[in-house]
Amino acid sequence: MERLNMRKKLLEIKGLQTTFFTDDGQIPAVDNIDFSVYEGEIVGIVGESGSGKSVTSLSIMGLIPSPPGKITGGEILLDGKNIAAYTDKQMQKVRGKDVAMIFQEPMTSLNPLFTIGDQLKEAILIHSPKWSKKEALARAVEIMKLVGLPRAEALLKDYPHQLSGGMRQRVMIAMALLCNPKVLIADEPTTALDVTIQAQILQLMKDLNHRLNTAVLLITHDLGVVAETCERVIVMYAGQIVEEAPIAEIFAEPKHPYTQGLIKSVPDMRYKKDNLYSIPGTVPKPGSIKVGCRFAARCEYAMERCTQETPPLYEAGEQHKSRCFLQDEQEVKQRVERFIES
Amino acid sequence: MTGTVDIKKEAAPHRERAAGPWIEGWRSFRKNKVSLVGAGIVLFFIFLALVGPWIAPQGINEQDLAKRLLAPSSEHWFGTDDFGRDILSRIIHGARVSLWVGFFSVILSIVVGSFLGIIAGYYGKWVDMIISRIFDIMLAFPSILLAIAVVAVLGPSLQNALIAIAIINIPNFGRLIRSKVLSVKEEEYIVAAKAIGMHDARILFAHILPNSMTPIIVQGTLAIATAIIEAAALGFLGLGAQAPTPEWGKMLADARKFLLNAPWTMIFPGLAIMLTVLGFNLMGDGLRDALDPKMKS
Repeated sequence: MERLNMRKKLLEIKGLQTTFFTDDGQIPAVDNIDFSVYEGEIVGIVGESGSGKSVTSLSIMGLIPSPPGKITGGEILLDGKNIAAYTDKQMQKVRGKDVAMIFQEPMTSLNPLFTIGDQLKEAILIHSPKWSKKEALARAVEIMKLVGLPRAEALLKDYPHQLSGGMRQRVMIAMALLCNPKVLIADEPTTALDVTIQAQILQLMKDLNHRLNTAVLLITHDLGVVAETCERVIVMYAGQIVEEAPIAEIFAEPKHPYTQGLIKSVPDMRYKKDNLYSIPGTVPKPGSIKVGCRFAARCEYAMERCTQETPPLYEAGEQHKSRCFLQDEQEVKQRVERFIES
Repeated sequence: MTGTVDIKKEAAPHRERAAGPWIEGWRSFRKNKVSLVGAGIVLFFIFLALVGPWIAPQGINEQDLAKRLLAPSSEHWFGTDDFGRDILSRIIHGARVSLWVGFFSVILSIVVGSFLGIIAGYYGKWVDMIISRIFDIMLAFPSILLAIAVVAVLGPSLQNALIAIAIINIPNFGRLIRSKVLSVKEEEYIVAAKAIGMHDARILFAHILPNSMTPIIVQGTLAIATAIIEAAALGFLGLGAQAPTPEWGKMLADARKFLLNAPWTMIFPGLAIMLTVLGFNLMGDGLRDALDPKMKS
């Protein structure tokens, strides 16, 4: 923990709020979230579909489809500069250079009409227009070798449809790393891949993080992926952060009932169970719960207070935060007392 | 160095199939025999258009009043018209006129239509509103009526007929590319292109446009056929090519008077129009099958 504090804060999200303005009203997909990414670390954001994790990543990239979406509050500080306030022109210089992103679907993330070489070359020339095509191609080959693509020179002339999913994802990672970004946002980078390829890609991201010291913000719904790669985890639920903790703690001592449910839902290969655990109910529509804890309706520990007040993020230890009244020491005490009384 | 040999072996079958999307398209086009016939007809007329002046037996204006309205014979394969001009020669020369009008009017409408359509589709909102409503208004007129109106303003000539045909086709291409752009701009590779910091103009013209081209190519081929018919119609109405230009529609119009006693004056220009249009349509259908991904899967 000491180590984290000594590192430089690269990316700091302060009170970020991203709202979608639809015909059905305003939907706060991301509602007042705070977190930081330090130099060279891998942070995971976990959550079910609709928890706001992808919207968070798109907000950082300034790629929220507008309309209907808009960042309605908060700051995104990259190296101390608020990029949330940048114009689209300014953002173009940041994207790909300071913050890069890889996407879920490697099958569709490359333009089908151009060769791999053309696309990598183009990506380099956007940020280094003075480079010659030869230099750009040399850099492309260098980075392709770095991400473990075999026969890099030959691949330059291939079209995306000739590559497998794993290779395409490697190309996407190569493209993201071309300009040595400080932060790499990976939005479900392994979801569409086979399990074996998944492990390779995760290993690659860990290696690259280690070698290039690129901070990685890994967005996933898969706790297994998080366990394998991340140092710190942020759990999101219905547009809010519900728990934030170092990786070891989140699996050993999950504080928030939602996190506990998530961990219980992971199938364990060692035991054969007839029924897999699942959290009852579904994620509420963001904005549908105005007062109270957003997880209350699905929570087995729900108390009266949970539907009347909105829980803040309680400190649950060093580097550990949980948005749950269970964390409220008084509440815990009262429970204990009541327990003793009865 | 067994290692290198192994790698080559593994790579060999893969490299053989290396082909861009256009080559893939040609491969599946080739399988369709009917459209190959269409393409053959089109190529034949393009050939005529290119070398017409050198292979035509006579010039377009060589009159011989003694040989008026002669039936087809070994000397005049397609007969002669009311000025004693060789109809075969005029049809060969006419290929250039018709194809020129067909190609250039379509290219003109593709350029203007694509530009408007891509901007409307990409930027949406009020830009889309204005452009789409203009298209709607243009489409509310029967196309030939609109063409007549344009020619009436510009004055009757072949060039103005070309412009008129181009204008009436703009909304078709514009709407087509707009709808394609609406779907292409949501593709992940466009978001990915934005994520590496590409600017709008580059995304629009280097990434969205090429990926939206296939329906335009198909529609363009079919539109050449329509444009040729429209040019012929304008020529027939006296609003397109002016005498003595050997335009097929104009030839039809001139021959109308002799339909009963010299039907060849009308049959052969009519056949030429029909064949060219048929050729473009068959080719267009084949291209649609080859290039439209929906038909592939």
